[in-house]
Amino acid sequence: MKLEINKSIGLSLGFGGMIILVATLFNALGGSVLLYLSLCMILTGIVVYSFGEYSGELSGIKNNEVWFKSVSSKGIVAWILGFVLTAFYVVIYWFPQYLGLHKEGNTGLVAFFDPLSFALNGHGASQWFVYGTLYTVAILGFGVKFILKYKHNTYQIVRTCSVMFFQLAFAFLLPEFLAKLNPELDYFAKDLKNMWPLNYYFFEDWHLKAMLGGGNLGMFMLFFGIGMIFLVSPILTYFFGKRWYCSWVCGCGGLAETAGDSFRQLSDKSVKAWKIERWLIHSVLLFVFITTVAVIYSFLINEKATLNPKLFLVGVIMFLGIFSLYVFKIGYKKLAKDARKGIYWASGIISAFLIINMAIGNSNVFFIDSYTLRSWYGFFIGAAFSGVVGVGFYPILGSRVWCRFGCPMAAVLGFQQKLLSRFRITTNGSQCISCGNCSTYCEMGIDVRSYAQKGEDIVRSSCVGCGVCSAVCPRGVLKLENGRVKI
Amino acid sequence: MSKKVVIIGNGIAGITTAIELRKLTDFEISVVSDESDFFFSRTALMYVFMGHMKFEHTQPYENSFWEKNKISLVNGRANEVLPEKNTVSLENGDKLDYEYLVIATGSKPNKYNWPGQNLEGVSALYHKQDLEYLEKYSSKIKKAVVVGGGLIGVELAEMLHSRGIQVTFLVRENSFWSMVLSENEGRMLEKHILEHGINLKLNAELKEINGKEAVESVITSTGETIECQFVGLTVGVSPNVGFLQNSSLKINKGILVNEYLQTNVPNIFAIGDCAEIQQPQYGRRPIEAVWYTGKIMGQTLAKTLNGQNTAYHPGHWFNSAKFFDIEYQTYGLAPSNLSDNQDEFYWEKENKAVRIVFNKENQVFEGINTFGIRMRQDFFEKVLDRKESLSFVIKNLEKANFDPEFFKKFEKEIKQEFSMQITQI
Repeated sequence: MKLEINKSIGLSLGFGGMIILVATLFNALGGSVLLYLSLCMILTGIVVYSFGEYSGELSGIKNNEVWFKSVSSKGIVAWILGFVLTAFYVVIYWFPQYLGLHKEGNTGLVAFFDPLSFALNGHGASQWFVYGTLYTVAILGFGVKFILKYKHNTYQIVRTCSVMFFQLAFAFLLPEFLAKLNPELDYFAKDLKNMWPLNYYFFEDWHLKAMLGGGNLGMFMLFFGIGMIFLVSPILTYFFGKRWYCSWVCGCGGLAETAGDSFRQLSDKSVKAWKIERWLIHSVLLFVFITTVAVIYSFLINEKATLNPKLFLVGVIMFLGIFSLYVFKIGYKKLAKDARKGIYWASGIISAFLIINMAIGNSNVFFIDSYTLRSWYGFFIGAAFSGVVGVGFYPILGSRVWCRFGCPMAAVLGFQQKLLSRFRITTNGSQCISCGNCSTYCEMGIDVRSYAQKGEDIVRSSCVGCGVCSAVCPRGVLKLENGRVKI
Repeated sequence: MSKKVVIIGNGIAGITTAIELRKLTDFEISVVSDESDFFFSRTALMYVFMGHMKFEHTQPYENSFWEKNKISLVNGRANEVLPEKNTVSLENGDKLDYEYLVIATGSKPNKYNWPGQNLEGVSALYHKQDLEYLEKYSSKIKKAVVVGGGLIGVELAEMLHSRGIQVTFLVRENSFWSMVLSENEGRMLEKHILEHGINLKLNAELKEINGKEAVESVITSTGETIECQFVGLTVGVSPNVGFLQNSSLKINKGILVNEYLQTNVPNIFAIGDCAEIQQPQYGRRPIEAVWYTGKIMGQTLAKTLNGQNTAYHPGHWFNSAKFFDIEYQTYGLAPSNLSDNQDEFYWEKENKAVRIVFNKENQVFEGINTFGIRMRQDFFEKVLDRKESLSFVIKNLEKANFDPEFFKKFEKEIKQEFSMQITQI
């Protein structure tokens, strides 16, 4: 009974905080005290609720009633929540004026966040600051919930602490502090962990210019960003699999693992979904690759940079050639035939485009203005896919829709994981009883059971290494390992 | 040459045969069942009731899989096998001809003619229909009694408990699952079961079930009356072979088969829970109602039917289970009662325990029970194959560990305990 009281208090606190935020939309409330109060109420509300839910329970798997509760089984509550989240994302991306963002001076919710924004970065708030703050609160609050739920599983606890730390420190606080310390600089991304192609505008002209003109910090971010893509990330993925990023560091993954945990079982496990996934995610990767090549090429031409634009294109062609050759000679065993074909065709067509354009001296390497390309990408992928569908549809499609079907970063790391990494999920002999808990709770929609019941290792490019399959297995069959252990 | 194969039963044994046979041959394969339209994992029924999964999640293959692989699923119940005519007749009157017949009808739950065992609210937990019944009936249950302290009993107790039902758990033996576990292991689990709020009663048997139409109470062997609206009967299972009584097939408890899983009729085979191996391999029982033996039998039989006569070799005994939150695995033979030339090493701490049984004379490792610490099957397969010693296992215990990363390790403590016990001996 005491626990029920905790849960009610938690819910009241959380919704109370939300109501304050909603009230500010209509300029009904304001003031810095109220801002901090509402944020604290939301955060403590989630934490108090979680204690009510889990602290009185013995440690173990806590999935009772998951498919009976409306919110976690696509019931009416889930649809309402999905609708609200989707609406929130639509407003944030395309109608921020309704949140109070105005050139002549902010009002409403955005203005409500000004005190915190001034304290952290020295500027007034934007809709993105509001979003970032709430995002961080969600990861921290639901992170605590996740830790309490999996208190018997040290891997889950350590991983969740990591995700909470990277969101709070690297995604939220550090960039704001850096902005405050360098108020004169034009905007460029200061989230050290947010690398290309997840950060798709990294190589766009305005961003490159901002970094190049951004003094030591700008140059550091430029070199660090490139180093992350080509050096740090492949090395870490080689040793640990893509989980080092997707379920330990990444903010999108962080939200999915914490706030999205109640929806992980909703991912579609059908073969059809898997087919769509392979085409879609690699198409997005192709899209961002083309866009980025086009953007860099026009940047080099327009800025009359020391790097010859044609040399850059030759470099791209060489990269594609080497990658294709690697797949053809070494990696072919690990990829399905259609995947290999896709790589050869994509590389071939892109190279052909680049060669033709070099020959005729066209500045739009794909015959479309690079600005148009990137605005398409920004609209369809950056906003609509990753935000609206990616999070808005959590309660309907599961928590990793963006990570599974759209994220080009996940696609890149997936290639590395599949082709190079030591990471795999191993199965324990013949202990599998085909119960299906692993597949049900795989947020990436991997049919884990189909491997486990055959006693096969699971090496899938989409696996983010969250470890929940291993956690929910009632027979101790699955283990995340960095290479096979010799016995 | 395409041959007609009829498989009775779409459980793990029958379905494995069908799938493996499809990989090897172009035989005409039919699988008969009236329990469910498609193969599902019986072991997962409890998770459906607890809301961890939906029933469809228990089906390892998509519904389109069967047609795509030309495995025809016949909805029906076999009621007679006519070996002289190579025909199976179904309850609905249909007849199926076969060149090979595979009987994989599994088990049926035991009932020991208790008074009142046919009342409303009395059920076993085996079939999909049992789950459906329990689901339908559960709203009427405030208190339940589960009879029989085996693996299904503890699962049923957990299921009922998850719906807020007060559960009394009657266990005939003096310690939990004493047929298999040692007393100290049983005591640890008893403590855990009690902690979960289950009213566990040892040394208590079911005497009779009372009620007008539906169950209202039970009386135990100690004379105690326990009020309840549901009685779960989980006192073991027996081969489901009743429909074969009038056939010429030789039956003891199960259908008697040789090492090729062949019955006394050459083109009829029996596998899974319903089969009784006449000369089991050393350390194995004639009937083993476990998931993986059904699977291995199916794989073995598919080869034989394809013309490569293959004997059934299940290898070293292993198994696993879960008692509420405590996972259990066993490799090799670690019996509850040791023989004169056996000895054991036991370590226990906070719902974790390891018991290793070894040969006293030559110190060879014979089997391990592990609770709360996952261990590698591959490791113990090698240990058993090579007849390694107890000290080898203790020395290399880290290699056996299969717990997820960052989990607390107990090998050091186990080794310390081991060296202490050794000096005492």
